[in-house]
Amino acid sequence: MPRFESVDHLQEYRRQLAARLDPKQPQVLVCAGPGCLPMGSDEVAAAFREELQKNGLEGKVALKECGCQGLCARAVKVLLRPQEIAYQHVTPEDVPEIVEATLKNGQVVDRLIYEDPDTHDRFAYKADIPFYKGQQTVVLRKLDVIDPESLDDYLAMGGYRGLRKVLVEMSPDQVIEAVDRSGLRGRGGGGFPTGRKWRICADTLEEVKFIICNGDEGDPGAFMDRAVMEGDPHAVLEGMIIGGYAIGARRGYIYVRHEYPLAVKRLALAIDQAREAGFLGPNILRSGFGFDIKISRGAGAFVCGEETALIASMEGFIGEPSPRPPYPAQQGLFGRPTVINNVETWVNVPEIINMGADWFAAIGTENSKGTKVFSLVGAVNQTGLVEVPMGTSLRQIIYGLGGGLGPGREFKAVQTGGPSGGCIPPQFLDLSVDYDSLQSVGSIMGSGGMIVMDNTSCMVDVARYFISFLYEESCGKCTPCREGLKHLLFLLDEIIAGRGELAHLDLMEELCATMSSASICGLGQSAVNPVRSTMKYFREEYEAHIRDNKCHALVCRPLLKYTIDPETCTGCLACVRECPVGAISGIKKKVQELDQELCVKCGLCYEACQFDAVKVE
Amino acid sequence: MDAQRLDSILSRYECDPWDLIPVLQDIQDSYSYLPKEELQEVSQRLNVPLTQIFSVATFFKMFSLVPKGRHQVKVCLGTTCHLRGGTRLMESLSNRLGVEPGYTTKDMEFSLETVGCLGSCAQAPVMMVDDKYFGRTSVDKVPKILKLYK
Ligand SMILES: Cc1cc2nc3c(=O)[nH]c(=O)nc-3n(C[C@H](O)[C@H](O)[C@H](O)COP(=O)(O)O)c2cc1C
Ligand code: SF4
Ligand code: SF4
Ligand code: FES
Ligand code: FES
Repeated sequence: MPRFESVDHLQEYRRQLAARLDPKQPQVLVCAGPGCLPMGSDEVAAAFREELQKNGLEGKVALKECGCQGLCARAVKVLLRPQEIAYQHVTPEDVPEIVEATLKNGQVVDRLIYEDPDTHDRFAYKADIPFYKGQQTVVLRKLDVIDPESLDDYLAMGGYRGLRKVLVEMSPDQVIEAVDRSGLRGRGGGGFPTGRKWRICADTLEEVKFIICNGDEGDPGAFMDRAVMEGDPHAVLEGMIIGGYAIGARRGYIYVRHEYPLAVKRLALAIDQAREAGFLGPNILRSGFGFDIKISRGAGAFVCGEETALIASMEGFIGEPSPRPPYPAQQGLFGRPTVINNVETWVNVPEIINMGADWFAAIGTENSKGTKVFSLVGAVNQTGLVEVPMGTSLRQIIYGLGGGLGPGREFKAVQTGGPSGGCIPPQFLDLSVDYDSLQSVGSIMGSGGMIVMDNTSCMVDVARYFISFLYEESCGKCTPCREGLKHLLFLLDEIIAGRGELAHLDLMEELCATMSSASICGLGQSAVNPVRSTMKYFREEYEAHIRDNKCHALVCRPLLKYTIDPETCTGCLACVRECPVGAISGIKKKVQELDQELCVKCGLCYEACQFDAVKVE
Repeated sequence: MDAQRLDSILSRYECDPWDLIPVLQDIQDSYSYLPKEELQEVSQRLNVPLTQIFSVATFFKMFSLVPKGRHQVKVCLGTTCHLRGGTRLMESLSNRLGVEPGYTTKDMEFSLETVGCLGSCAQAPVMMVDDKYFGRTSVDKVPKILKLYK
């Protein structure tokens, strides 16, 4: 990789790169994204490496470990270019056959292709698979094309073209104008208009300003930022450099959760490459504009995703939020004006510059422009990452792309927006998803987590789960949040234990009202959403717990009873080994006895039994 | 105190007060905990009061004031994993290792921890041992996974 001395030099290199790359070269893209890594993608990639070598194909076939290919449910995914044959559930044992049949003889391995869970239609090519057909990718566009560790790959996909354009053709003011006109709103949760934020920062009289990329991704159930940071790290950098140029900052920071070691590694490598190539440093492409980026690792605190808490922790203090105003755009890191945006927000920026504000503004709805990435998880058939225009309906996302819930499962709710969001019931499935409509039903967009729940989820348990999560994560600075969460948790625990009263529900409503109006930061203010939305839409579940001491979803432990069915028990003792309190006893190969007095209702025996002999009611 | 080891960490920084968290992270990574004497030294070198260091060290989940085990076992209790039996997975690990989450086994082999979300929600329930992820785990797979590290 040369050091680019000018924009023309970059153009010239890009031309050479295009000439050098053979579009017909066979490529094997093994997905090593967040969904495939835990299913052994590294072993699949190793098997390909070995098999290609064995067949003398190392030079001819390019092997890449790429970012998320979207359909994580079918991990490990492998995509073969240029034909775009998409294989599912690939294991190392499948690799020799793929090499022999597809790479050497151009045949499709039929047993590895996609089968639709409903219609049983089978598709070999990515473009035909309904999951991909219904999407429009802007942010995820390069994830299943490039090797995240190759700057050449990024350049070949038009990378750093946006940076070139702003340096050559646009004044900082025009860049802000373009982002403003595009209608881009923050993807980290709040949905604040990005252009307006930049303008506030640019208009301050301070000399020193900062850029921050918020890669804390604390919402459980959301992993799009991880997928992008790992799969397309240069896009994050390019967005930030353009932002730095626009507001007049010379330094940027990426704040990454410490649970994401691979994201840190990939971003660090990308930063080194960008410095070496002259996209970062004191004099970028000899334009006179200088900008550099450093990585800050999080230390494990959900509240540090909140911008003022994040800034406090970058200054060496504990992550306590502070009241706004002043907003970080006016007074942020070290008291200087700071633009802080989410990972996905940053990645949209180069696309807007390249394609134009009007192109972006034409996607989406009146007040929510562009696309949004959702992580579709939970009780849905095709879990993974999807990207759709704003305004797509929940039904289209969950049923059209996600393939519905699978046989025998009934849709109960979809939870959006993480711990600050709410549970949306079936009657709103046709809701178009944008910032405002989600708010109108008591949830929020949040970072784009979408957790589908079926009849095996208990809504009281879900509310309790989020409250206990937030209780643990509340920084404790302000009283409504600290005390409110504690009491909500107490009341929910009473209900779950069968000691609840209907009057508790009113008390909870009262607590929610105080918390949402009097907490300092978004954590406390929106902590009430999971409680309020479940109380509003699933009141009968609360009442069943309180009045009948019943948890119909069979989740709330104190209300359950485990027994062993003498008909099916084989006496294998799997449950005996698992039980932590020794509540199960008996002789090997004879029916086991379960002592209700001792049982703590953990359900381990239920999960351990291979014969479904442990029953729960 | 291992002065050389600490020096090699501090030499990567300008030793400004705002370097505190990255310095503590490096110490945590290198020592598997934050030893008291090292913290006193950091307090002097970075010019940060020891009280602030302790408040930071106890606020963030990644820091530990006691030594951790050879392997870090993390069980995800994020929303998706919670709905898919993450709690049971955690309890099974806790039984087998004989420690509560947040603690280390007596032989210093395993530290057990719970986390908010590991970002692999599509494969819930998820657990991690050191840098390796395990997806679609269940109680009956626990013994096999632990065996890899014994
Ligand atoms: C409790 C809490 C947690 C948050 N966590 C995140 C996060 O993990 N990632 C993120 O980008 N924004 C998070 N935010 C929002 C940030 O405060 C901030 O609004 C955002 O980073 C701004 O970027 P955007 O305008 O591009 O969305 C959180 C907010 C709150 C109140
Ligand atoms: S695991 Fe099932 S079959 Fe085996 S002893 Fe227990 S109850 Fe009986
Ligand atoms: S539910 Fe838990 S405590 Fe009760 S018998 Fe089964 S394993 Fe033992
Ligand atoms: S991580 Fe492989 S498809 Fe999502
Ligand atoms: S909820 Fe467990 S990995 Fe996200």
